[in-house]
Amino acid sequence: MSHFSEILAGVLMFGGVFFMLLGSIGLLRMPDFYTRAHAAGKIDTLGIMLFIVGMVVYEGLTLVSAKLALVAVFVALTSPVATHQMTRRALAYGLKPWVRPEAQTGETEEPHALGN
Amino acid sequence: MQTLFFALAIVLSVILLIPFYRVYKGPTVGDRLLGASAAGSKTLTLILLFGFLYERIDMFVDISMGYAILNFAGVIAMSKYFKTIVPGKQE
Repeated sequence: MSHFSEILAGVLMFGGVFFMLLGSIGLLRMPDFYTRAHAAGKIDTLGIMLFIVGMVVYEGLTLVSAKLALVAVFVALTSPVATHQMTRRALAYGLKPWVRPEAQTGETEEPHALGN
Repeated sequence: MQTLFFALAIVLSVILLIPFYRVYKGPTVGDRLLGASAAGSKTLTLILLFGFLYERIDMFVDISMGYAILNFAGVIAMSKYFKTIVPGKQE
């Protein structure tokens, strides 16, 4: 039984690290601030939540696992608020969203090219 | 299991370096903030992993909780502070 919980904890932690890697690559590769914010949201919600759930499974039912769950709940509450605040602030100060180069209308310039 | 924690800590510290490129290179202030926030949230999990590695998780979980609060308050305060998200456009 404890062997099974260790395997489950390992799988969940690997899932968390995988989503963190995915979010980091998205943060590196996306063409625009808004799309980058969309990618970075995956790091906080999916990555950290899966990781902490894996740690709770490994730890078992103790006070420490309750505190770990509290950290997960706190991250789940605050991280979307922070991302929303940043994108809202960018929109309020007039940062234009990225559009495809073939769908552009005149004066809007593209920030980066997304590869092919 | 200790070996798995050690391997995950190494992988996480490599992944942690990726958002610093966005902090260094980001065209707007918002990009830099986004990279800093992502790096902070990965540091939180790294602190928890250190707690499991040092067998002192009961102490490190409190540190990580404080770090999460600090990360959130820092991002909110900085995104309120910077008035010019777009480079070259003054309010």
